[in-house]
Amino acid sequence: MKYIFKKVLTLIITLLIVSLLAFLAFSVIPGDPTTKMLGTEATEEAKAELRAELGLDQPVFVRYINWLLSFIGGDFGTSYNYNMPVSDMLADKLPITATLTVMGFALTVVIALPLGLLAGSIKTKGADTAATAANQVVMSIPAFFIGIIICYLCGNVLKMFVPGMFVSYEESPIEFVKYLSFAALSIAIPRAAMTIKMLKGSIGSEMAKNYVITATSRGNSRSMVLIRHVFKNALVPVISFLAVSLAEIMTGAIIIEQVFTIPGIGRLLLSSISSRDFPVVLAIVVIMASWIVIVNFAADVLYQLIDPRIRIK
Amino acid sequence: MKKVKLNANIFTLCGGIIAGFVTVLTVMGFFWTPYDPNAMDADAKKLAPSLTHILGTDNFGRDIFSRVLEGAGTTFIIAVSVVAIGCLLGIIIGALCGYYGGAADVILTRICDSITALPSFLLALVIVSVIGAGTYNIIIALGILFIPSFARIVRAEFAKERERNYIKSAKLMGVSDLRIMLVHILPNTKGVLLPAITIGFNNAVLSEASMSFLGIGVQPPFASLGAMLSESQTYLSSSPWYAIGTGGMIVLMILGFSLLSEGLSRNSSKI
Repeated sequence: MKYIFKKVLTLIITLLIVSLLAFLAFSVIPGDPTTKMLGTEATEEAKAELRAELGLDQPVFVRYINWLLSFIGGDFGTSYNYNMPVSDMLADKLPITATLTVMGFALTVVIALPLGLLAGSIKTKGADTAATAANQVVMSIPAFFIGIIICYLCGNVLKMFVPGMFVSYEESPIEFVKYLSFAALSIAIPRAAMTIKMLKGSIGSEMAKNYVITATSRGNSRSMVLIRHVFKNALVPVISFLAVSLAEIMTGAIIIEQVFTIPGIGRLLLSSISSRDFPVVLAIVVIMASWIVIVNFAADVLYQLIDPRIRIK
Repeated sequence: MKKVKLNANIFTLCGGIIAGFVTVLTVMGFFWTPYDPNAMDADAKKLAPSLTHILGTDNFGRDIFSRVLEGAGTTFIIAVSVVAIGCLLGIIIGALCGYYGGAADVILTRICDSITALPSFLLALVIVSVIGAGTYNIIIALGILFIPSFARIVRAEFAKERERNYIKSAKLMGVSDLRIMLVHILPNTKGVLLPAITIGFNNAVLSEASMSFLGIGVQPPFASLGAMLSESQTYLSSSPWYAIGTGGMIVLMILGFSLLSEGLSRNSSKI
C-alpha cells in the first residue's frame, strides 16, 4: 500500500514536470497568436482584448497554473487556428486512435504469445538460429514500412481494402474495424517480434531452473511442463514489456495514421505542428505523455500483484 | 560453451557483413551514383527495375537507386551526428555524475529518468514544433534526446568502477581525476558502450526516417530515406519498386546494426 502511494506520488510529479516543460517550451516561442487569430489588420485594442481573454497578458507561471487547472477540468484551451475548443477537436478523433491502439495491442498479444511459446520450445540448434534470425529481420522493419507493404499487398494486389479510403464508425462499424485492422496489423508485427524475442529468452532462462527438472522427473512431458509451469513464470517479465508496448503503440499510431490516412489525433497533431497551433499540440502531447506514464504505473502495480516475490517492502 | 561462442559470432559476422555493405554503398553514394539523383528523364518515367536502372525510375524519370544512395547518405550523416552528440555529451555527464556523485548526480539522474520514461519520438515532435523542421534541427532535437540513455549507462559503470581497488591505488599514486576517468575507467565501459552505440544508431535511423516520413524532418529538395518513402506511397500502385527499394535500404541499415549490437552484447555478457 505504501509502495503504491509512493508510486502515485512520483506519477503525479512526473506528469507535472512533463506538462510544465511542454508548457514552457510552447511559451518561449516568438510570435503573437492574436495576430494569427485576428489577422494582420486587427487593431491593437482588439489584440490586447483577445490577449486578456486568452490570459496571455499574465506571467507564465500564472498561465501554467490556470492552464493546468482547466486541463484537469477537461478544458484543453482554444485552438489558435480554428478558434474552437481543443476538446471539441479531439472528441471525434480520440476514439479512433484509441480503437487503433487497442486493436494493435490485442493483435500483438495474439501473435506474440503462441509464437513465442513455439520459439521457446525449439530444441534443435539450427532451427533455433533460423527462428532467431527471422525474428531479428522482422524486428528491423519499421512499422510504417510494414504499413506500406500491407497497403500494397492487401490493398493494391489483393483488393481487400482501398488504401486511403477511411470508413468512419458512423458509416459502417464493420468496415471501420476492417480498415483499422490493417493499420493495427502493421503496428503489431514489429511489436510482436520484439515480444517473441523477450518471451523466448524468458522461457530459456526458466527452463534451466530446478523446478523444471523436478516436474520432468515426475514423468511430465516436456511440452506439458512448458505450458503448465514454465509459461506462467516466463510471462512475468513479458507483461511489463507488453505494458510499455501499450504505451508506445499510441505514439506509433501517429505514423501509422499517416500511412493509412486515418483521421485520428496523430494526424491532428501533425497538422497542428505544421500550422503552429500550439494549444492543440500541447494538449495532445500532454494527453499522450499522461497515457504513457499511467500505463507504466499500472504495469508496475500489476507486476507486484502477479509476482509476490518482487513485492517491495 | 563452444557452441555459444559460435552463435555469438554468427550475429556479429552477419551484422558486420550487412552493416559493412550498407556503409560501403552509402559512402560510395557520396562520391559516385550511377545517375544524377535529381536528373529527370521524360522518356524513362516509372520504369520497372532492369539492368540499366537496378531499382527502376520514379514518376519524374529519376533513377531510384541513385536517389536511394543519396537518401541513405543523408540518413547516415544524421544518424552518425545524433549518436556522436548523444554519446559524447552522455559520456561527459555520465562520467562526472558517476565519478563524483553528490546532489548534481541525483538531480541529473532524475531528469534523465523522466526523459527516458517517454518515447524520444514524442519529445522530438515537441522540440521540432518549437524550433521548426529541417536537417540541422532534427540533429539537435534527436541529439539532445539521445544524451540520457548514454549518460545512464556510463554513470552506472563509473559509479561501479570508482569503488574498485585499481582506481583506489591509482588515486593513492596521485593520478589526477581526469586521467583516472579517461585512461583507467573509460576503456572499461567499452563492453556496454559499444552495443549502446549500435542500438543508438538504429534508433537514430528509425527516428529520422519516421520524422522525414511525416514531413517534419529533412525538407525537399534534399533526399532522405524517410521523405522518399513518403513520396513513394503516392505511386505505390504504379511503381511499387520505389517503396520497396527505399524501405529495403532502411531495413538493411537497421538489420545490420541490430545484429551487430545483438552479437556485441552477447559477447560482453559472456565475460
